[in-house]
Amino acid sequence: MTAQTLVTTTPAQVAVRRRRRFLGRSGGDRPTWGVTVVLVLCTLAVFVPLYATLSMAFKTTAQSVDGKIFSLPAPFSIDGFVQAWKLTNFPRGFAISVFVTAVTVVGTVVLASFAAYAIARNWDHRFFRWSFFYLLAAMFLPFPVLALSQVKLTGMVGLANPVGVALLHVMFGLSFSVLLFTAFIRGLPEELEESARLDGATTWMVYRHIVFPMMAPMSATVAIFAFLASWNDFMMPSLITADSTLQTLPVLQNIFQTQFSSNYNVAFASYLMAMTPAIVVYLFTQRWVMAGVTQGAIK
Amino acid sequence: MATTAAPRTRSRDDATPGPMRASHPRANRTFYLFLLPTLVLFTLCITLPAIMGITLSFTNSVGFGEWQFTGLTNYLALFSDPAIRASYAFTIGFALVTVVLVNIVALLLAVGLTAKIRAKVALRAVFVLPMVISGIVIAYVFNFLFSNSLPQVGQTLGISSLETSLLANPNLAWVTIVIVTAWQAIPSALLIYIAGILSIPGEVYEAASMDGASSLRRLSSITLPLLAGYVVINMVIGFKNFLNAYDIIVGLTNGGPGTSTRSVAMTIFTGFTGGDYAYQMANATIFFLIALVLAVIQLRLNRGRSAF
Repeated sequence: MTAQTLVTTTPAQVAVRRRRRFLGRSGGDRPTWGVTVVLVLCTLAVFVPLYATLSMAFKTTAQSVDGKIFSLPAPFSIDGFVQAWKLTNFPRGFAISVFVTAVTVVGTVVLASFAAYAIARNWDHRFFRWSFFYLLAAMFLPFPVLALSQVKLTGMVGLANPVGVALLHVMFGLSFSVLLFTAFIRGLPEELEESARLDGATTWMVYRHIVFPMMAPMSATVAIFAFLASWNDFMMPSLITADSTLQTLPVLQNIFQTQFSSNYNVAFASYLMAMTPAIVVYLFTQRWVMAGVTQGAIK
Repeated sequence: MATTAAPRTRSRDDATPGPMRASHPRANRTFYLFLLPTLVLFTLCITLPAIMGITLSFTNSVGFGEWQFTGLTNYLALFSDPAIRASYAFTIGFALVTVVLVNIVALLLAVGLTAKIRAKVALRAVFVLPMVISGIVIAYVFNFLFSNSLPQVGQTLGISSLETSLLANPNLAWVTIVIVTAWQAIPSALLIYIAGILSIPGEVYEAASMDGASSLRRLSSITLPLLAGYVVINMVIGFKNFLNAYDIIVGLTNGGPGTSTRSVAMTIFTGFTGGDYAYQMANATIFFLIALVLAVIQLRLNRGRSAF
């Protein structure tokens, strides 16, 4: 029960509850400036590495070698971006990252919501119940445990490429996503589905027109986590993809560790281009990201 | 799987009388089609490699060609291998230190972020931000900070241990890995603590205020004891994740200096090149058993809260 109420709690509801509580806690809502100042100072721990990335990226190579991260770019230069674009073949890396991530997001949402709907609505059937625990078991299998065999198998069947990486990203995200979807579907009222069935709707139509639209908030959460995990992953693409020209953006950054190790402005421009898409997505989807972490941990 | 299961269910339902069927309706064929692709792919991508890995761990395979079963040879060799022992000692030690650091910082931040403060939404958004940045990329950024910027700070302030790069110091390189891992892992622990603090009923605080409890007293006597369950969950989840450390180590030290910061995951991956394929499969199997024990602990802790 707790899980269902937790899962169906939207960030908005949490915010309302919180506001009510803080008003009630001690009458006035006078903010404490001391705590605010301390927290603002703590944000430096987050901002300093990001500021360093930003300022280094816009420096010239000559200026960047001094290692002074707080100095502003003088002169302001986009030369780092121009070179990074060429050195990493950014358009190709970006396209491959987008491909892997898109397949992962769509694949995870579709497969996990299909499976979860079938499981949640047939819980009294042993086959579906056991399938649920079977899928859940993968939560306890970290990638390093399976890596040696998976690299071998993907190589044997011609999947040592971005397609294989995306497939494995979907598979490793399944447990978590099926768990979230199943809990969510159990919290949905069945009456609507039943009346649609009485009107002659097939299971597919019920899923397509009733269940899937109602699951939208959970699909958003699952999609964002699939996106972040896939976009940022280094371990799987670096081991699975055999052809280095087919690597995703995070893996491509390693060229600055070996060949162009003193062109710091180029390296940082490249890092910035690799991390920006995830930051942008986060800025627009914060509330789902924040809600998703809580739901995943306190299931 | 569905094709064998579906007819069986149907025949059983046909044999049962009406009332029974109403209380236990048979599963619609479409539901099997919804589940089947996932089960097949999952079996091929996860279960098959797992079985293959465990089987090969009992052999002398080098990754290709012929192999023979060698019983427990690999496992026995593992326990007396200093490189393996060192990687486990490093990984477990690193995970313990990191999990403690992450939870102390996350708990303090959560208390601050749920207090009456200005710009609460913006501050929370900033503290969650590190979670969405690629581990390898931020590790490269920190790599530069530790090897180029921090030594300058050390020279300016005259702190001799900081004057050379921490990454090149065999005794201190692990500290950099703890710092960057914590930087990235604090947000999710923080969000769980915030949810925990918000789940404490306001009435408890009101009663305490009326009895004249100071805010510090409310923190130590109400918030912290009521968060105990969340602390345990965060510790177990964190420890489990940190055991898999790889990306950030590759970006910072790549296992060095020497092999002083080589994690278990990195050791397993040496099986690709070192010729000890089956040997590292056995290592992976041991590693899996450790993950399994932690998972069982986590499930036990979640029981009571869980819907399943």
